[in-house]
Amino acid sequence: MIRAAAFVLALLLAAAGAARAVEPSEMLKDPVLEARARAISKELRCLVCQNQSIDDSNADLAHDLRLIVRERLTAGDSDDQVKAYLVARYGDFILLDPPFKAKTLLLWSGPALVLLLGAGAVVLAYRRRRIDVSLPAGLSEDEKKRLARLMNGDA
Amino acid sequence: MTRVGRLLFVLPLVGFATLAAWFWMGLAPNRDPSLVPSVMIGRPVPAFDLAPLVAGKPGLKSEELKGRVTLINFFASWCVPCRAEAPILMDLAKDKRLELDGIAYKNKPGDTEAFLAELGDPFARVVVDDTGRTAIDFGVYGVPESYIVDKDGVIRFREAGPLTPDVIETQLKPLLAKLSQ
Repeated sequence: MIRAAAFVLALLLAAAGAARAVEPSEMLKDPVLEARARAISKELRCLVCQNQSIDDSNADLAHDLRLIVRERLTAGDSDDQVKAYLVARYGDFILLDPPFKAKTLLLWSGPALVLLLGAGAVVLAYRRRRIDVSLPAGLSEDEKKRLARLMNGDA
Repeated sequence: MTRVGRLLFVLPLVGFATLAAWFWMGLAPNRDPSLVPSVMIGRPVPAFDLAPLVAGKPGLKSEELKGRVTLINFFASWCVPCRAEAPILMDLAKDKRLELDGIAYKNKPGDTEAFLAELGDPFARVVVDDTGRTAIDFGVYGVPESYIVDKDGVIRFREAGPLTPDVIETQLKPLLAKLSQ
C-alpha cells in the first residue's frame, strides 16, 4: 500500500518536473510557429535567473520576453531576426550559446588548444622515455673476462 | 640541461601564475558576476512615448530628451532597493546640471503616488511603463536602473541596481561635469 502510494507520488513529481514555465495563454495557435518560439526561447537566457532559459524561467521578465519572441515570429521575423532583436537590447549575454567572435576566440578554441598542448606533452614524454629505457651496449671485454672467471668458479 | 629542457620546467609555473591571476581577478570584492553589461551605452535612446502618472501633467517622449542632460530612473513601489535609493535621488535632484525623470515600471499608479508621497518625489516628470516594453527597449532587467542621456539624446551611462553615493561621486559627477560643458 505504502509502496503504491510512493509510486504514485513519484509519478506526480515527475509530471510536475516536466511542466514548463510557458503558460497556455502565451502559446500561439499555429503549432509550427509555437514550436519555433519554444526552440528560440530555449536558447535565450533569462536575465533575472541567469542560469535558466526564458523557456524555463517563471520570472516576470522571462514571461515578457517569451511574448516578444512570439510577437516577432507572428510579425514574420526569422529565428535569427528574433534573436538579433533581443541581442540589440541585452547584448550577447542573452544568448545561452555564445557566438564565435574575436572576443570569444579563446573560449571556443580553448579546448582544442589544451588538447594540442596535451598531445605535445605526451609526444615529448614518450620521446624522453624511449631514450631513458634504451639499454647500454653489451658487456665490455673486461666484463666478459670477469664473467667468464665467475662462471668457471675460480674467483 | 638544454635550453628547451629548462623552458619545460618554467612552463607549469607560468601556467599556474596565469591561472592564479585570473582567479584573483574573479575574486575582486566589487565584481558582480551577475551584472549584465549594457549594450546601449553610446546608442541613442530607444523611441518611447509614455503617459504621465498624474493626468494633466506632461508625459515623456524620447525626442524630448535632447538639449539637456537627463537621468532616467526606472523604479517601482514594490521594489525594496528603490526605497533605499530614494533619499540618494532626492539629494541628486538638487544638482541643476541634470533633470531627473522617473519611469514607474509595472506599478499601479496609486502605489507609485503613495511611494513618492512617502519618500519624496525627486523627479521633474513621472511617467508610467505599464507593459514594461520601454524598459525592455532600454535593456532593463531589474529595478531600479538608471540611465544618463546626454544633450544629443545618446545614452552615456547605466547603473543596474540602486545608485550609491560612491557611484555618484566617482562616476556620475565626473561624467556630468563633462556632459554639461
